[in-house]
Amino acid sequence: MTAATKVFRARQAMGPKVRGHALVAQDGFSARYDLDRIAGTFSRPSHKLAGQTYVGKILILHTAKGGVASAWMLHEMASRGVIPLALVFNSVNPILAQGAALADLPMLAGFDEDITAAIPDGSDVEVDPERSLLTLIA
Amino acid sequence: MRLNDEEQDMLAGKCGPVARLALQHQRKVGEFFGAEDFVPVTQAHIMADTESLGEAGVRWLESLADPQARVRVPTITDPRGTDFAKASFLGQTTTMLDLERRTIAAFERLGVTMTDTCINYQTIQAPTRNEHVAFGDTGVVIYSNSVCGARSNFEGGPSALAAGLTARTPRYGFHLPAQRRATLHVRVECAPASLNEWGALGGVIGRIAGHYWAVPAIEGIEQPPRSDELKHFGAAMASFGSVALFHLVGLTPEAARLRDVAAADLPTSRVTRDDIEALRASYRTDDRVDVVVFSAPQLSLYELRDLAALCDGRRFAVPLLAVTSPQIKPDADRLGYTARIEAAGGTLLSGMCFYQSYAREIAEANGWKRLATNSTKLVNILGGYGYSPMLASMEECVDAAVSGKLS
Repeated sequence: MTAATKVFRARQAMGPKVRGHALVAQDGFSARYDLDRIAGTFSRPSHKLAGQTYVGKILILHTAKGGVASAWMLHEMASRGVIPLALVFNSVNPILAQGAALADLPMLAGFDEDITAAIPDGSDVEVDPERSLLTLIA
Repeated sequence: MRLNDEEQDMLAGKCGPVARLALQHQRKVGEFFGAEDFVPVTQAHIMADTESLGEAGVRWLESLADPQARVRVPTITDPRGTDFAKASFLGQTTTMLDLERRTIAAFERLGVTMTDTCINYQTIQAPTRNEHVAFGDTGVVIYSNSVCGARSNFEGGPSALAAGLTARTPRYGFHLPAQRRATLHVRVECAPASLNEWGALGGVIGRIAGHYWAVPAIEGIEQPPRSDELKHFGAAMASFGSVALFHLVGLTPEAARLRDVAAADLPTSRVTRDDIEALRASYRTDDRVDVVVFSAPQLSLYELRDLAALCDGRRFAVPLLAVTSPQIKPDADRLGYTARIEAAGGTLLSGMCFYQSYAREIAEANGWKRLATNSTKLVNILGGYGYSPMLASMEECVDAAVSGKLS
């Protein structure tokens, strides 16, 4: 077990505790607008993560975008196992919270700093909704 | 969250397992957002196309089957993922249609009214000022909040259904007066002249606002806009910015004066015709067109009247699709609009929405890639579905259907 290097407190949290690799971008998120949900990749050409796979990653992004479909889509993605491990956002909208609640997907939101700048892409992180904490592992 | 006796009973299962599941889901969301209690709602509107639900979502709906499980307030639906009468023309598969039929059966068993419309504020019943509702479809929510002065968050399908089943929703977000105050000030220095320009203006303001909790107070719109204009304006703002509420100073109900909704020191942005043109230009990537689509939101009777007039005497070289609600379609038939659109080679679809109808699969089935539309919301969405969407006026789009080119 490596030592924790930095801990970030979220104002909003739900779901079970997980640990994994972070996929980070200063960009938005909508399951309908941005994803090829079959391939498990970002498909919207203008998205900063275009072409990258999100499956099993702790997705660290700026904010929720787009329509209401994500509320169903996270549940559908979870049923096929083609889904991020957790969502960590600077801010979320109700749709993403409703979708994460239905899919039982861990989610943190609302930090005192820009979380997409604080976490390096590819780093090892732990999401602990019970304690409202995001930990950057050394 | 503070629960009253009725809510305690629901949670204890005294109203059946489905009501308990619904309230548990709502409490989870409410606690995430720090809601103190629930607020009663009078209507719910469910977005539930089967491309979003998938087999998993349909099975989840079908699992909500106890004899007590009935919606307690009028609960209606957003567009379906097909127009059954035109499914083969769209190239949809029997698997898609089977999922749709199962979804409809599951909703009907719960007492949901299948209106299949995203313009319920024009066709079913507009909410009134301060009416608390649980609406899905971002275009419906932003119009209801802003133009009608009603109170709703974006309620995704599962949450809107839960609100229908429990007749309440967690009191957070735009149910709270403080959340409805403006967070930015936008000065518009141009007058949109067409629906696509209203949409583009909404898209520009949505990008500036940038997130769900942003509420723009907008000055500079002098003439009272028509419902269709605000429909495109709001739908695009919600699509580009995830925005759920705007105030038009002097026009919308909560903003008779700027100071009614805004503090004096808000950040101010200017929007000019150059901004609208830049957004439009960014979606003019080709001059050839494979398909023309009018959808998102569904067309009103007036939009179909205008479209029918543009179709007279024309002959389309590429498919032209127009999408309306099941409430408007019979009037369009009766008034001859449908016949005039179809005489030119167009197709009028009902009860669906283009992007909620397996847009990727129907593109592949029909060889559609370069798509012209007057909907700013639609061009924003379709990029992720593999299209090259292009934004133009209704007139330019109809011309493009004739020539195959956007001039």
